[in-house]
Amino acid sequence: MIPAAFDYTRAATVEDAVTALAGAGDDGKALAGGQSLLPMLRLRLAAPAMLVDLGGLTELRGVRDDGDALVIGAMTTHDDVMRHPLVHEHAPLIAQAAETVGDRQIRHLGTFGGSLAHADPAGDLPGVALAMDAVMSVAGPGGMREVPASEFFVDYFTTALGPGDVLVSVRVPKLTGWTTHYEKFHQLAQSWSVVGVAAAVRRSNGSIAEARVALTNMGVTPVRARGVEEALRGAPATADAVAAAAGRALEGASPLTDGTASAEYRTQLAPVLTRRAVMAAGGL
Amino acid sequence: MTRITMTVDGVRYDDDVEPRTLLVQHLRDRLGKVGTVVGCDTSNCGACTVLLSGKSVKSCSVLAVQADGADVTTIEGLAGTDGELHPVQAAFHESHGLQCGFCTPGMIMSAVDLLTENADPSDAEIREGLEGNLCRCTGYQNIVKAVRSAAESMRASVPSTPESAATTEGVTT
Amino acid sequence: MTVTEHRPTGEVGRDRRRKEDARLITGRTSWTDNLSLPGMLHLAILRSPMAHARITGIDVTPARGAPGVIDVFTGQDVADIQGSLPCAWAVTPDIKQPAHPPLAVDEVRFAGEPVAVVAARDQASALDALEAIDVEYEPMPAVMDMEAALADGAPLVHESLGTNKCYTWVFDSAEAGTGGDVASAAEAADVVVRSRYVQQRLIPAFMEPRSVVVDPTQDQITVWSSTQVPHFVRFFLAFMLSMPEHKIRVIAPDVGGGFGGKLQVTAEEFISFLAARRLGRPVKCTESRAESMLAAHHGRDMIQDVEISARSDGTVTGLNVRLLANMGGYLRLLTPATPLLGRYMYNGIYKFPAHRFECTGVFTTTTPTDAYRGAGRPEATFAVERAMDDLAAKLGMDPMELRRRNWVRHDEFPFDTVTGLTYDSGNYEAATDRAMELFGYDELRREQRARRDSGDPVQLGIGISTYTEMCGLAPSRWLGSLGYAAGGWESASIRMLPTGKVEVLTGTSPHGQGHETAWSQIVADQLGVPFEDVEVMHGDTRTSYKGLDTYGSRSLAVGGIALVEACKRVVEKARPMAAHMLECDPADLEFADGAYRVKGTPGAAKSITECALAIFAAHDLPEGVEPYLDADASYDPVDFSFPHGTHLCAVEVDTETGMVTIRSYVAVDDIGRVVNPLIVEGQVHGGVAQGIAQALFEEARYDEDGNLTTGTFVEYTIPSAADLPQIVTDRTETPAPGHPLGAKGVGEAGTIASTPAVVNAVVDALRPLGVTDVRMPCTPERVWSTIAAARAASSGDGGEAR
Ligand SMILES: Cc1cc2nc3c(=O)[nH]c(=O)nc-3n(C[C@H](O)[C@H](O)[C@H](O)COP(=O)(O)OP(=O)(O)OC[C@H]3O[C@@H](n4cnc5c(N)ncnc54)[C@H](O)[C@@H]3O)c2cc1C
Ligand code: FES
Ligand code: FES
Repeated sequence: MIPAAFDYTRAATVEDAVTALAGAGDDGKALAGGQSLLPMLRLRLAAPAMLVDLGGLTELRGVRDDGDALVIGAMTTHDDVMRHPLVHEHAPLIAQAAETVGDRQIRHLGTFGGSLAHADPAGDLPGVALAMDAVMSVAGPGGMREVPASEFFVDYFTTALGPGDVLVSVRVPKLTGWTTHYEKFHQLAQSWSVVGVAAAVRRSNGSIAEARVALTNMGVTPVRARGVEEALRGAPATADAVAAAAGRALEGASPLTDGTASAEYRTQLAPVLTRRAVMAAGGL
Repeated sequence: MTRITMTVDGVRYDDDVEPRTLLVQHLRDRLGKVGTVVGCDTSNCGACTVLLSGKSVKSCSVLAVQADGADVTTIEGLAGTDGELHPVQAAFHESHGLQCGFCTPGMIMSAVDLLTENADPSDAEIREGLEGNLCRCTGYQNIVKAVRSAAESMRASVPSTPESAATTEGVTT
Repeated sequence: MTVTEHRPTGEVGRDRRRKEDARLITGRTSWTDNLSLPGMLHLAILRSPMAHARITGIDVTPARGAPGVIDVFTGQDVADIQGSLPCAWAVTPDIKQPAHPPLAVDEVRFAGEPVAVVAARDQASALDALEAIDVEYEPMPAVMDMEAALADGAPLVHESLGTNKCYTWVFDSAEAGTGGDVASAAEAADVVVRSRYVQQRLIPAFMEPRSVVVDPTQDQITVWSSTQVPHFVRFFLAFMLSMPEHKIRVIAPDVGGGFGGKLQVTAEEFISFLAARRLGRPVKCTESRAESMLAAHHGRDMIQDVEISARSDGTVTGLNVRLLANMGGYLRLLTPATPLLGRYMYNGIYKFPAHRFECTGVFTTTTPTDAYRGAGRPEATFAVERAMDDLAAKLGMDPMELRRRNWVRHDEFPFDTVTGLTYDSGNYEAATDRAMELFGYDELRREQRARRDSGDPVQLGIGISTYTEMCGLAPSRWLGSLGYAAGGWESASIRMLPTGKVEVLTGTSPHGQGHETAWSQIVADQLGVPFEDVEVMHGDTRTSYKGLDTYGSRSLAVGGIALVEACKRVVEKARPMAAHMLECDPADLEFADGAYRVKGTPGAAKSITECALAIFAAHDLPEGVEPYLDADASYDPVDFSFPHGTHLCAVEVDTETGMVTIRSYVAVDDIGRVVNPLIVEGQVHGGVAQGIAQALFEEARYDEDGNLTTGTFVEYTIPSAADLPQIVTDRTETPAPGHPLGAKGVGEAGTIASTPAVVNAVVDALRPLGVTDVRMPCTPERVWSTIAAARAASSGDGGEAR
């Protein structure tokens, strides 16, 4: 199928993009990698009047070292993110999750920022951003602002981005001395997560000093599993202790029933996958 | 209408296109590159896969305007100018990696891309690498075999630098 | 005569690489959608968003004025001339056969039914204009569930029929005289196992969406269609639209898969034909994937109640099968017959002394069903193979042991079955022994025991499927006696050109099966010409005008014989010329390796190529020899052929998540003699993949309003390379006795065998947990909820599997 007609502009600068998007209001959409947007346009599930292409904004591509954090440009593709040496060194969880997104072709075009802005509850990167305490840099009609991940994901397919806002980059605090794992559960390679678990663990002397856990698709937004984190803090690095902590995965979660799975099934999966994710992250 | 310039299979084209025109439509309807086909609306089947600036993409999920200035290689530009088959094409034939052949252009382009990155993939890596391409006929077994044997013949012909093993052969710029 | 006994050596049996590949791997293909003709318009079809509704008004005025639009029409506009889509198989005398207008006129009966058509200068404009058409629907109640549709007071899909029951078809071996009575068998039995299996609805999902181009500007109206059945399309366009048949030409160019899904005469073909005639201009109608999922026919969708009776030693004594088969909203080409094509196979390879089969076709407000790879036979094989496993479990027997005790032994062929067929040949023992060896059956059983004993969260299951199928649709007389409108013969023509090159016209219409290659191999052997010198032409009613197309694994089993016959006629036709040139009696000539030799005179020979040139020159033709070397032949099979095999599958089931992973899969098939082992292996791989997909991945689902909720590849999940296992294949070979090549057919074997092998494995893994069945597809959630329900039931607090 062919999308409905729209106007198109290729932004030369972030300011251009903000102006064009602000001008179009609710009828405007930013176009990043297009890997979520184009299928929707083709099925005519969305018909924006104006597309503002961010593809020319090379300054939004790439990863740089910023002291205690990495800054990942919103337009960095999944493929670039998952191969980037800085990401591997300081935020391997992001690389692990990016590698599970779609397929090669989709990862060549789809972007890190696009995934976060799209905020699909089944998307793999929002949960990771939440687990990593990432902070989004947003350019908008009122200038630049920073939004922490915990405030960025607002609702089903809804973020803190308003009309005219462009996600510019994402600041990810380095996790030094941590080990991580992204556990994605889906039946077919190409499918989205039924449930996913992002886990990061810092071990010291046979116990778990600290852990970060976030869940994908256990609610309309990604969910930080604070209960699990709490139970793991200082817990012995044993299978039993992890299993017990994982039992708290549902605290704060409110899974949906959708075409892919029932809430009941998700409720079964979350603790199991949390246990597996933490075990794998902790090298247990 | 937006003016775009694109090099496709070594030939440069300038065209005015409607922004909503998909790259695959542009290739098929305007440029006559009907070797690249469309199998779905949702970016799942991979039948439309081409190389965009050397990387595999699904040409149904790229607007032609997004590809302005890019270099595109389709299945039709893969063989050498003398008609010599690309090793992946030859291997698909040799290993019976196709039946109806509808998925084949996309499958071959994905395999070419995969081998550019990994010159010696395991069967599991081949299967993962082709996860974005659906085939309803072959059960994939002979496709995997074809990619494995293409990798072997490409390694044999380009012994030293793996990076150069599978560039977009046949495209002159 | 020697020629008839000439067993081909050489090309046949070789793993020739395919001729058709050259164009397909380079993108120089001729898919229907590639075509573009001068002045061609693009059609877009507005489809019903409702499962069941009365159309109370359609306003097309704004659409008519939309940019690029040339014409808009509705069912009302063509009501008198659009005819009805054909159903070729009235399976019972009292079958309810409602009209199936290509464009709905006043009522829609499934979501996706065509309601209006736009013709525009380009596809985008046509699609845009659809949004400007305003249809008023008065909703009517939808009914998707077959049992609900049969209940008293159910909403009627076709009010005028007064019922949703399309037909009931019964076979009883006691009445037919082919066996005993199932009720008495059940009474006398030591055990009776009753099971209900559900064949979920599937979507064939050929990779090339359907496309039609119609050019009305020539003397013959030419229709290009992505179809398996160009001959059917021509016949039915002529017949249903009252058009002279000789004014229609149908071409099936390169066709991107079918699997039964393009064994259809479609609404889109009719609509395009009508539009082209209306406008006097070429039109193209290419569907999107979403349209294809909605509107192209679906497959399977049956409920099977199976009752198997046996003695305590495992000897089976009776098989009673009751089927409900979902027809959908209308009857298409083979809709009512599809479930019945399986009815001869419910007994499988076993010696059931009594059998009853009853099938009721049910109308629902869903997309019509029809053939999908295997058409009826996978369902039958599934039922009997699942039931044999259930029986084995009940008796505490090894499932393979139970099968051995009951199957037809190799020395019992030909075997008259309880369903009234005669199995020609086979060796189930040999295929099974080979499969067990490749699989490592005993080793896996040991591992299974260990995992059960240790309470491993990942359990191992072993699934068996020992199947047979009937290939070679079909003897025309058999088809006629069952109410089918056409026959089952096939034809082939050979044109030997003056230079000795050969053109072959076949009535089969391949779409991935490699006939160009296999047919060339057969002809090369028969005529003794090089493989490269043979050109195979098909799929154009102007050249290959005689034929019945490709489906039901019939092409080689039936078309192959016609081809061999035609070759023999060519050999006989050239014989007088050779004799004339060699100055001998034709009866003194032997033909082998492309040359006629005088018996007992080694040097004296004339090649068939030399004969062809001499015949073409016609300077010195013997009496009665025509100046060309062409021949035609047809073949109508006297019976089916019965390939068989044993498939074994081992799965790991993660009981915490329900995820099923295939660990190993072995397929040993006996398909008789093989023309090209490479092609055969490919057919098995593809078939097994589709069968696995039914077992684990695919299901077409509707919501309670009758909307298809699996309308894209996001929801209708067909497996990628990453989702399927490497399978181990091997063959045993029992030649088909009646076939000059000994070939049986292979197109559907893999699909038929694999589904029960996989599901049996899943259930086998879970039996210790109290699970006796898992509904297909065995998705992780299904498996997990089945386990949860079984656990709940065994701990006494009830609970239902979802
Ligand atoms: C077959 C298939 C499978 C997939 N599987 C997965 C999967 O398993 N897991 C997963 O996480 N994702 C998956 N995806 C989606 C993929 O990750 C997309 O790349 C991603 O969701 C969107 O990124 P994009 O750059 O393509 O954004 P686009 O499609 O261009 O945009 C998506 C949305 O975000 C907005 N947007 C994008 N960038 C910005 C920005 N910088 N500022 C403001 N707004 C912006 C757009 O306006 C639009 O609304 C899949 C996609 C497909 C087609
Ligand atoms: S047509 Fe592009 S992915 Fe299917
Ligand atoms: S060969 Fe037919 S879809 Fe792959």
